Amino acid sequence: MLASLSLILLCQLIGEAVARGLGLPLPGPVLGLLLLLILLLARDRFVLFARGPLRNDGVETASKGLLAHLSLLFVPAGVGVVQKLDLLASHGIAIILVLALSVVVTLLVTVLIFRLVSRLLRQQDAQ
Amino acid sequence: MKDNPFSLWVYLSQSPLLWLTVTLLVYATTDVVSLATRRHPLANPVLHAMWIIGAFLLATGTSYTTYFAGAQFVHFLLGPATVALAVPLYENRKRVVSSIVPMLVALVAGSATAVVSVVLLAELAGLPRDVVLSLAPKSVTAGVAMGISESLHADPSLTAVSVILTGIMGAIIVTPLMNRTGITDFRARGFAAGLAAHGIGTARAFQVDEIAGVFSGIAMSLNALVTSFLVPIAVTLLVR
Repeated sequence: MLASLSLILLCQLIGEAVARGLGLPLPGPVLGLLLLLILLLARDRFVLFARGPLRNDGVETASKGLLAHLSLLFVPAGVGVVQKLDLLASHGIAIILVLALSVVVTLLVTVLIFRLVSRLLRQQDAQ
Repeated sequence: MKDNPFSLWVYLSQSPLLWLTVTLLVYATTDVVSLATRRHPLANPVLHAMWIIGAFLLATGTSYTTYFAGAQFVHFLLGPATVALAVPLYENRKRVVSSIVPMLVALVAGSATAVVSVVLLAELAGLPRDVVLSLAPKSVTAGVAMGISESLHADPSLTAVSVILTGIMGAIIVTPLMNRTGITDFRARGFAAGLAAHGIGTARAFQVDEIAGVFSGIAMSLNALVTSFLVPIAVTLLVR
């Protein structure tokens, strides 16, 4: 468990260092995600990697534990709304309507494009 | 000091322990309620934990800074949790690879829609310029969005709030909306949830369906990349 958590933190640390060091416009944890994915794939190829947290579902169990309560992690940032009460009093309704409309449009466009493209590909395959 | 309950409160309210405990306790309660309602969208645990804790802070006159000193231990885990998304991605890699083309097309279309729609709507609503800029990156996860906001000289703390509000509204609306469209493909539904509503949408997607959760996580990560490039361009083109 401890080794697995360390591995996850290490991936994030390397991700942050690379993103900062190279001035990449992408977040460190996303690079960390890629790194952990590469390690997991490498483990299936090379026995050399299959040790420590990469053995017996170590890092898998720790990751699932973290993801089990993913929404909890947003609560502290969400409570930050108390700092913005004056702005919400003046523009709150407009802001909420704008965000709500935008999220609905985004959900619909994304899901419809996804379906459309996968249907086109399936038709192509069938021909 | 021992016989004065007020000084005990003064001591505890300044310690990280109290606010960390409050955060976990309130969330544990709202999560139980959410489970008891079989994950009804309106019983969203983040939404209810947020206002209950917020009201508690206002009632006790506690500053957000004091609260955050305790809650930061939870907040910190957002980074490691993003890394941990590698595991469901790895376990479902075959399904992911087989739908790579629809994913990438939907990513570009969805990401552009998220940024352009919010900027245009906010301008239409006549919101001040700095508010428009702060809302622009609202569909990506908090840390990234705040970084984008900073680089635009907008207000990162307003961005954080709009990110959370977007996430909660997306998580509440996604299931009823998708049911109405009649789309039962959980890859597409999850991907839309993660793209529009980042981690809160992803948490919701995992509650509904494992495959939806995986695709949601991928959408959230990829959108963080695309939006970082897109927002500065959209802002230059669209904001007066």
